[in-house]
Amino acid sequence: MNDASASTGTGTRPILDIRDLCISYFTRAGEIPAVVDFSLKLAPGESVGLVGESGCGKSTVAMAIMRYLGTNGGIVGGSIEFDGRDLTTMAEEDLRRIRGSEIAMIYQEPMAALNPSMRIGRQLMEVPLFHENVSEAEAEKRAIAMLEDVNLPDAERVMEAYPHQISGGQQQRVVIAMALLSNPKLLLLDEPTTALDVTVEAGIVELIADISKKFGTSMLYISHNLGLILETCDRVCVMYSGEVVEEGTVNEVFDRMRHPYTHGLFNAIPLPTADKNSRPLVAIRGQLPLPHQRPPGCFFGPRCDFFVEGRCDAQPIPMTGMTSPTHRVRCIRWEEIDWDNYAPDRKEREPHPPGEIVLQVEAMRKYYPVHDDSLLAIFRGDTTRQVKANESLSFSARKQETVAIVGESGCGKSTFAKVLTGLETATDGKIIFGNTDIGQIAVGDRTEGQLSSLQMVFQNPNDTLNPSQTVGSQIARVIRKFGVESDPDKIHDRVMRLLDLVKLPRDFALRRPRQLSGGQKQRIGIARAFAGNPSMVIADEPVSALDVSVQAAVTDLLMDIQEEFGTTLLFISHDLSVVRYLADRIVVMYLGQIMERGSTDEVFSPPYHPYTEALLSAVPIADTRVEKKRIVLEGQLPSVLNPPKGCPFHTRCPRKIGAICENERPPVHDVSDQHKIACHIPLDELKAVEPVFRLASDAPSAA
Amino acid sequence: MVDETLDPVANRRVPFIVTALKSFLLLRESWVGMIGAAIVIFWVLVAILAPLLAPFDPLATLAPLQKPGAVGPDGAIFWLGTDQIGRDILSRIIYGCRTVLIYAPLATLCAYTVGILMGLTAGYKGGVWDEVLSRTSDIILSFPVLVLYVIIIATIGASGTNIIIAITFASAPGIMRIVRGLTLDLRNRDYVAAAQTRGEPTWRILLVEILPNARGPLIVDACLRLGYVTITIGVLGFLGLGLPPPDPDWGSMIADTRQFALVFPHMSLFPSIAISSLVLGLNLLADGLREISLRD
Repeated sequence: MNDASASTGTGTRPILDIRDLCISYFTRAGEIPAVVDFSLKLAPGESVGLVGESGCGKSTVAMAIMRYLGTNGGIVGGSIEFDGRDLTTMAEEDLRRIRGSEIAMIYQEPMAALNPSMRIGRQLMEVPLFHENVSEAEAEKRAIAMLEDVNLPDAERVMEAYPHQISGGQQQRVVIAMALLSNPKLLLLDEPTTALDVTVEAGIVELIADISKKFGTSMLYISHNLGLILETCDRVCVMYSGEVVEEGTVNEVFDRMRHPYTHGLFNAIPLPTADKNSRPLVAIRGQLPLPHQRPPGCFFGPRCDFFVEGRCDAQPIPMTGMTSPTHRVRCIRWEEIDWDNYAPDRKEREPHPPGEIVLQVEAMRKYYPVHDDSLLAIFRGDTTRQVKANESLSFSARKQETVAIVGESGCGKSTFAKVLTGLETATDGKIIFGNTDIGQIAVGDRTEGQLSSLQMVFQNPNDTLNPSQTVGSQIARVIRKFGVESDPDKIHDRVMRLLDLVKLPRDFALRRPRQLSGGQKQRIGIARAFAGNPSMVIADEPVSALDVSVQAAVTDLLMDIQEEFGTTLLFISHDLSVVRYLADRIVVMYLGQIMERGSTDEVFSPPYHPYTEALLSAVPIADTRVEKKRIVLEGQLPSVLNPPKGCPFHTRCPRKIGAICENERPPVHDVSDQHKIACHIPLDELKAVEPVFRLASDAPSAA
Repeated sequence: MVDETLDPVANRRVPFIVTALKSFLLLRESWVGMIGAAIVIFWVLVAILAPLLAPFDPLATLAPLQKPGAVGPDGAIFWLGTDQIGRDILSRIIYGCRTVLIYAPLATLCAYTVGILMGLTAGYKGGVWDEVLSRTSDIILSFPVLVLYVIIIATIGASGTNIIIAITFASAPGIMRIVRGLTLDLRNRDYVAAAQTRGEPTWRILLVEILPNARGPLIVDACLRLGYVTITIGVLGFLGLGLPPPDPDWGSMIADTRQFALVFPHMSLFPSIAISSLVLGLNLLADGLREISLRD
């Protein structure tokens, strides 16, 4: 794939040539420079990844290529040449002809790109009908062929369906098919898989990686996920605060990165091949500067460990070429920094021995009755059905331990959190927490002690805090409610100490949530959860909505506080990399049932449950040294309303052994006293499975 | 200074008046809102300063059927003329302003209190509560508003309190619908879940976690509704269902003089202008507030 990138700049004319592009938004506060000095060349058939954190301007670049900057945005300098024509000066009329036919864009939310009231077939056929004036029959033929090209089985059925009748992964495939139908020269992908589940994402990524080979389309792939870039692109541009800081082929940037920011990014992401004790994360300190408050000189200066006053902040830093013609970096000190011997201060963590059992879940079930009032159901005399959100969950958590519950959306992990906190009550089974069974006690009937000892950290930073109250008063409320302190001065003191604990300045107590960044809000959410001295905290995807550099800091903070208070942490997540990093034990769930549980090392190495194996192989890894097995799951997640009989995973299982999987519940193999796998496949056979990850240098046996 | 930087939280509370003023200053961004605010403030000042501004006693019979600008018996000028029984129209408008500006906000406030309580309960509790409250308000909303007013006032009699009751009864269902919709969205927020897992009582979740975060759309709606209520009070006065005479009331001023409207148009023209300008002011203010709330 790298020969394509070698031709960049010389030889063939680039399909896209962006030179010194500057984009600004004009607001009440004045001009906000979103992108300053962005240059990029894209050769025909080449795919380039644009990576950076939110607010770095990567989506603005994509919008500028489409000239969709809105009324208050504008290109203030530079040029965007597409196939030899300058898009910045092109008339509206000509632009419209290019959009959708020569440049196509794929967004994060597939449902937003599809018209909900039109059949998919019609929407697809419109593309050739509109752009190429072909006949109806021809358009239909092309649409079906394209649906088959994007690996949608049963293309004829999909053609007849409305968008809401197919799953999210299928919708995104339809959007990709629609984009490719016009045979575009350039495809812009803006986080096309962020809204999808990992196993679904893996399939889409495989498809995207194939596009340029199959269709000769050039791609600009925008993502915050370095692992995805590695799997789909030839070259990569790393953006920071409106400019490119490093660019090169994927191998150059991933193996010989030279910009301190790129280094920081790589150090901040957890890898599923390493845990907290062997490779502690290092967060990038500070925050992304606001576009109108960028520092002089190097924009990364204030957050950089190698900042030299008088040199780095003297004048704007230009991109400099390096030994390889394709690798360029925006750092004046790139030759001086000794990256091979650079070791950032990593905090060493001691593994701690597990304490006594705090939480014991025994055969817990949660069923929701669903009322079906349709005539047919009334006719059949069957108007209530059960959604089996949790089916016979059993596991335990010990003091100071981190137990992760892993699974894709709809696996019942959030339902379990609701039952645990008492927002719902269990249908059957026991949840023993601190010597009492709280499974049947709703939140209103719990004692103050039960309430305060079980608190929660939520997923969405923008939703976790009440926007109309100051941050301080929200933390103070918890302290007062649980009677930790009653004297106003002492409450105030404790709020201050909690702010110190989550490493935020004390004057944040007076701020309102909208004045805080996402990571800061999440820290306040953590402070609030720990304010009542809980013995157990449930964290429901606490970092999944945050940027990578912030994720590392918040994850570390959570672990620090947990260690300090000896709290048990129940970490709910879909991200196996984060889970590997911080969990002691893992519970893998699928459709409300536990497929596998065990210590982190046990779950991450064979024997695997076939579902765990597929989950692991779906994780994008930003490390060129890691080789992994490719397992792409067929089909889609079955509905919880109508779960498959027998083993819930048999409809998608690549290792299905026969009718027994469809009819009988799988037996539980005891691999060790903690490691359990529910599968029909004999344990010896599972043990013989090769590990999913392998370091390129390792021998296959070492795992 | 030093103390402040060390512990800025020591002076904990920012006075309410400061935040209120600050949000009012935001209105500068919208000239529509500024005009609206100016008109409303003008009428509020007129109501407060009525005894100083009014040249005559609004109830005194001076000289009947005088045209605007006519000179009165003791040399004073009837700027807007007099009505059929000789009362000064300007003074009556000035005093009538008090009636409107007391009863309209009071009635709106009552309607909001009832509507908010109903909406919060229906939206948060759901189920049977929602069914009962929503259906009840559907029934009320299915009546033509005017018919509803006539029925209520005719039954319980015309008085200030009864006007408030009638307006509350007729407007609360509409407010309830807005609040219910906002509550349905807000009750799924994580901070509400956080309050629930803390075991907060329902009333506290409703009043502290949900209601304050619904205030944006509610404030805009309240301004608009204040305008409608002003019209309503005028209409009730016109229909003879308003305040009992002889108190000056814009609506009854128009009603009483309508048979003279062709010969002496000023008698009904000026009270009409008064009503429409106040309603216009309130609507412009609402537009301005909406414009600002959409911008941030």
